[in-house]
Amino acid sequence: MNPLQTLRVAGRALMRNKLRSLLTTLGVVIGVGAVIAMVALGEGARAKVEASFASMGANLLIILPGSMTAGGARGGFGSGSTLTWDDLKAIQGELQSSVLYAAPQLRGSAQIVSEDTNWATSVTGTSPDYFLIRSWPCSEGAVFTKSDIEGSNKVVVLGATVAENLFGQGVDPVGETVRIKNIPFTVVGLLARKGQSPTGQDYDDGAFVPYTTFQTKIQGGPQKFIAGGIFISAAPGQVSRAQEQISTLLRDRHRTAENADNDFSIRNMAEMASEQQESAQTLAILLASIAAVSLLVGGIGIMNIMLVSVTERTREIGIRMAIGARPRDILLQFLVEALSLSMLGGLLGLLVGIGGAWVGTRLGWPTVIRPEVAAIAMGFSAFIGVVFGLYPARKASQLDPIDALRFE
Amino acid sequence: MPGVAVMKLEKVTRRYTMGDQTLRALDEVDFEAWPGDLLAVMGTSGSGKSTLLNVLGCLDRPTSGRYLLDGQEVSSMSRDQLARVRNRTIGFVFQSFNLLSRTSALENVELPLLYAGVPTAERQRRSAEALTQVGLRERMLHMPNQLSGGQQQRVAIARAIVGRPKVILADEPTGNLDSRTSVEVMALFQRLWREGMTVLLVTHEPDIAAYASRVITMRDGKVKSDVRQEPRVADPAELPAPEAA
Ligand SMILES: Nc1ncnc2c1ncn2[C@@H]1O[C@H](COP(=O)(O)OP(=O)(O)OP(=O)(O)O)[C@@H](O)[C@H]1O
Ligand SMILES: [Mg+2]
Repeated sequence: MNPLQTLRVAGRALMRNKLRSLLTTLGVVIGVGAVIAMVALGEGARAKVEASFASMGANLLIILPGSMTAGGARGGFGSGSTLTWDDLKAIQGELQSSVLYAAPQLRGSAQIVSEDTNWATSVTGTSPDYFLIRSWPCSEGAVFTKSDIEGSNKVVVLGATVAENLFGQGVDPVGETVRIKNIPFTVVGLLARKGQSPTGQDYDDGAFVPYTTFQTKIQGGPQKFIAGGIFISAAPGQVSRAQEQISTLLRDRHRTAENADNDFSIRNMAEMASEQQESAQTLAILLASIAAVSLLVGGIGIMNIMLVSVTERTREIGIRMAIGARPRDILLQFLVEALSLSMLGGLLGLLVGIGGAWVGTRLGWPTVIRPEVAAIAMGFSAFIGVVFGLYPARKASQLDPIDALRFE
Repeated sequence: MPGVAVMKLEKVTRRYTMGDQTLRALDEVDFEAWPGDLLAVMGTSGSGKSTLLNVLGCLDRPTSGRYLLDGQEVSSMSRDQLARVRNRTIGFVFQSFNLLSRTSALENVELPLLYAGVPTAERQRRSAEALTQVGLRERMLHMPNQLSGGQQQRVAIARAIVGRPKVILADEPTGNLDSRTSVEVMALFQRLWREGMTVLLVTHEPDIAAYASRVITMRDGKVKSDVRQEPRVADPAELPAPEAA
C-alpha cells in the first residue's frame, strides 16, 4: 500500500468514531494550545522588555557619579559629585574611536505653565547630542542647537505627554511660550512619542532645555560638577571597549589608586536588558515545561485509545492479514492513525493557542506568536503520535492471523 | 497424476494444548491436492476440517510435519513471505464471509490488490470485473449490511478470485445459504475450477459434496477416505423458486 492509501484507510477509520477521535485529541489540543499560548505570552513579555530597552537608545552607556552599590543602583542619579564638565569634554575629545556621542543629563522637576493650564514634570538639562544618543527625533519643530547652548537661550523641547497636557492632543506647541519657574521659554520642538521605560515610567512626560540654561535658570548658577549623569552612545560593536576606555580615562583623571573602587559607575543598557530577558525566559521555560507535561498526557491518551482500537478491530486485522497485508502494512496503518490523531490535535491546539494569545492581547498582555514555535509544537505532536502510537501499532502487527480471525 | 502437487502435506500435526490436555486437531496427515481438483472435505464437527484448511491457507502453522505449497516449503517462510503467499497464491472464503464492515463491496474486493500494490485504475477495473463474474455488477457500492447472505458470500468469493490465485480455499461457503443460493455458489466454484483453479471446500452437506470431483472425509484429525467421483454439474436453472439477484 502506498502512503496515500494508508492515509485514506486511517482517515476512514478515524471518521467512523468522530466523537471518540476528537476527544482523544483533546489532550494534545490542550498541550499544544498551552505551549503556543504560553510561549506567545513569554515572548510577548520579552519583546516588550526588549523594545523598552531599545527605546532608551542603541549602544547606550550611562555614567553616574558615585560607586555602584551591590544591587546595581537604580536611584542615585546625581548622588555624589565626582563627574566634572572637564570629564565630559575629555570623553568627547579623547575617546572618539569608541564613543559616538556624549551628553550631560541634569535633572530637576518643575511646574510648567502654559496660558491656560500647568503641568508638573521633570525638566532635563542637556545638549543636542542627547536626542541622537536616545534616537529620539522631533515630530514637530526641532531640538535646540549648539548656539542655544552657547547663548543659554530660553528654549524648551517638550515630551508628547507634557505637550498634550498643556496644549491638548494633536496641537502643535512649537512657537508657544511656557513658563518654567516663572521664566518664559519658547517651545522649539515636540518630541516623538517614545512610550514606557522598562520600569514603567513614561518617557514622554518630560521637558528638555539646554544644560547651560538649566544651570543658570533652574539650578541657580553653574557648578564644577555635573549634577546628574553622562549619556554615552558607543560606536556599534564597541560598547564594552567604550566602557573600558571610559573607566580607564576617568580613573586616570580622578587619580584613583590602583586598588581603589571607581568613584563613578557605568551602566550598560544591553547588559541590563539581557538580565531582564533572562528572567522572562526562565518564566517562559517554566510555562513551556508545564505545557509539555500536558502534551505527554495527551500522548498517553492517544496510546490508550489506539490500544482499545486495536482490540476492537482485531477481526479486521485478521481479515487484512488473511488477504495479504504484511505486518508492516498493519503497523503503518495504525501508526498513521495515531499520527493523524496527534497531528489533528496539534492543528486544533494551534488554533486554540492562537485564540488564547489573542484573548491575552485583549486583556492587555503583549503576545508574540513565532512561526518556529508553531512548527516545533506541530513537530512535537507528530513525535508524540509516533512514540505513543508505536506500541499499539506493533501489537496489532504482531497478531497471529488465525487468532485475530477467531477473536470475538 | 499430472505434474507436481499444488499442495502437499507430509505427516502434518496441529496440536492444541489446553492446560494438561493436548488435542490433535490434525494427526500426522498426509495429503496432496492436484491441479484440476475440485475437492470437498467432509467429516463430523470437530474432525479437523477447518484446521486443515487454515494450515493449507497459511493462516495457521503446523506443530510438526512439512507443508509444500506449489513445491515450496511453507514452514520456513517469514511472516512477510506468508503474507505474500496469502495475497498471490491463495484465495480464502470464510463461512462467516469476513467482509470489512462499512466498506463497499467494491472496496472489499479491491483489498487484496491494494496490498499487492496494483495501481488504482487497474485495481478498480479488475475488482469490478470480479464482481461482475459473481453477478453483483449492480451492487458494487453496497455496504455488506445492505447485502443478503448469499450476496455477501459472493462478494467474498470475488475478493478471493480477484488476485487470480492458484488455489481457492473455502470453509463451509454454503453453510449460511439456502439451497438455491448454495447451488449458485457451487456453479461459480465449478466455473473457476474449469478455468484451471484448484478449489478446496469444506462442507457438511453430501448434496454440496456431490458437485466435487474428489471427496475426502476426516475423522479425529485423520483423513479416513479419499474418493474420486464424476462431479454433478451445478445448474441453478434446474431448481425452482427463482431469485432476483
Ligand atoms: N484455537 C483452538 N484452541 C483449542 N482447540 C481448538 C482450537 N481450534 C480448534 N480446536 C479444536 O480442534 C478440533 C478441530 O477443530 P476444527 O475447527 O478443525 O473442526 P471442524 O472439523 O472444522 O469442525 P466444524 O465442522 O464444527 O467446523 C476441535 O476439537 C476443536 O475443539
Ligand atoms: Mg470448521
